[in-house]
Amino acid sequence: MTMTEFAITAGVKAASGTGANDVFTVDGLNVFYGDHHAVSEVDLAVKEREITAFIGPSGCGKSTVLRCFNRMNDLIDIARVEGTVRYHGVDLYDEAVDPVAVRRRIGMVFQKPNPFPKSIFDNVAYGPRVGGRKGNLDEVVERSLRSAGLWDEVKDRLSESALGMSGGQQQRLCIARAIAVNPDVLLMDEPCSALDPIATGVIEELMKEIQSEYTIIIVTHNMQQAARVSDRTAFFTAEIDERSGQRRGKLVEFEETGTIFSNPGDERTEAYVTGRFG
Amino acid sequence: MHDRQTVSLDSLRARRGDDAAGHVFFLLITAAVGLAFFIVAAVGVDVVVEAWDILANRLWDFLASPSSADEAKSGVSQGIRGSALIAAFVILTFPAGVGAAIYLEEYADDTWLSRLIQVTVRNLAGVPSIVYGLLGVAVFVKGLDGLTGGRSVIAAGLAIAVLVLPVIVITAGEALRAVPTPLREGAYGLGATQWEVIRTQVLPAALPGILTGTVLGVARALGEAAPLLVIGAVGFYTTGNQDFVEQLRGAFTALPMNIANYARLPAETWRGHAAAASFVLLVLVFLINLVAIVVRARISKRLGR
Repeated sequence: MTMTEFAITAGVKAASGTGANDVFTVDGLNVFYGDHHAVSEVDLAVKEREITAFIGPSGCGKSTVLRCFNRMNDLIDIARVEGTVRYHGVDLYDEAVDPVAVRRRIGMVFQKPNPFPKSIFDNVAYGPRVGGRKGNLDEVVERSLRSAGLWDEVKDRLSESALGMSGGQQQRLCIARAIAVNPDVLLMDEPCSALDPIATGVIEELMKEIQSEYTIIIVTHNMQQAARVSDRTAFFTAEIDERSGQRRGKLVEFEETGTIFSNPGDERTEAYVTGRFG
Repeated sequence: MHDRQTVSLDSLRARRGDDAAGHVFFLLITAAVGLAFFIVAAVGVDVVVEAWDILANRLWDFLASPSSADEAKSGVSQGIRGSALIAAFVILTFPAGVGAAIYLEEYADDTWLSRLIQVTVRNLAGVPSIVYGLLGVAVFVKGLDGLTGGRSVIAAGLAIAVLVLPVIVITAGEALRAVPTPLREGAYGLGATQWEVIRTQVLPAALPGILTGTVLGVARALGEAAPLLVIGAVGFYTTGNQDFVEQLRGAFTALPMNIANYARLPAETWRGHAAAASFVLLVLVFLINLVAIVVRARISKRLGR
């Protein structure tokens, strides 16, 4: 919570203003899947070394927005992105930008743990290897597994298949795997939705621990989780388009997490966080 | 109405006539399995009984001897050689088939052209094999006479390879499509390029399925007789003192042709030869399937599933 405390004591209120420590600045972001206008006019700024949570009901576009940050939407043929997403001032959708280079700096952890069908060691070493690192990766693997709080549990079975681990361990392995490429940002797309409460607690603690080194954006369905871990929270909602009848995601409010949960500025946010809708 | 206060054991018993349709369905599928097993067993028993005289008395001689007009000497060594060469041509087309599947599934944009190609490949897989025989005559026997030497095992191998190619493309494509999206996304998310994702994740995960398709293709290639007839496989031939390359471009036969020729001979005494040649072909196909199953199991185990 150090950043939040700092923000409060310094009297900084504006969440979406542009600042020197902004990792991402998003302006007028619109995402389309074919004819479907999935996300409309999102503006927000993500601060360095903070945990930013995206919450909102299903279909509100929060995962879609998250996937714009590492150009994961490029993998979907019919997806189209309009507006600008700046990463440390650089337009991520500039023609000269290579999505592969973007993803090496901006790692991602997915909803369901997706370890590769390889050994635990090879899972963690995968990123450095495709990144062109040769030679001994023991040190990188150990450091990454330690960061993910997994080293003591797996150090004696690094050569065993990652598929034999529990779901919570697999998800921490995926975090270790993402950390191993030494990224700047970690995008987490509902990382705990397939885990039990104990494994979820472990992941949340882990997020707090690594926050000093990484900027984290987490999409979550779990409002308590957003309240527990995040410094700032963006609330998205889905509106039904009058002409097409399609759901369109929209950013309602982006504030410090305490404000969102105790004193939201928009009644839709209040209705959602108090459990009256969504 | 249920009595909410008391529950007797009788009220919880299965009633007669409950789920009758389910029982009928179970009987039907059991009968279907029984029928399939019976047919396989009948074919196997029939072949072995008919071939018993040869299998018991001169199996190795039968495998090692060329065809001959003498019942006591005639064998299938030329057929085995021809079939093995044809199978080799099919295996040589494997990279082309898998490559086409990778292109269509992973690289090609979803345009009318790529859809047309997909549909065409599927249609090609359904074209009767004798048509491929005609194609073989036109292209490989006549058109590429200089390379194949005319009605040779090269022409036959190429024709059957073309016949099997669409099957390999389709099964490999299905295996590639079955690779889970989270696996690809995980690799992309770590900064892997498209080629790295394909090489390190997609191909290893799809390999068991690709292998199955290839084995089905090879097994089919071994059993095809119609294209060989059109291309001009012969029943009996002598090689004289031709060297290996000359034999490749000369007269040839294959196991299905051996079977057909033995079966066509008027004298009843040749029936055993046809059955014994069938036995050899069946054992070869089973062996190939067995190898595929073992390899599949090994890969799956290495992938930890």
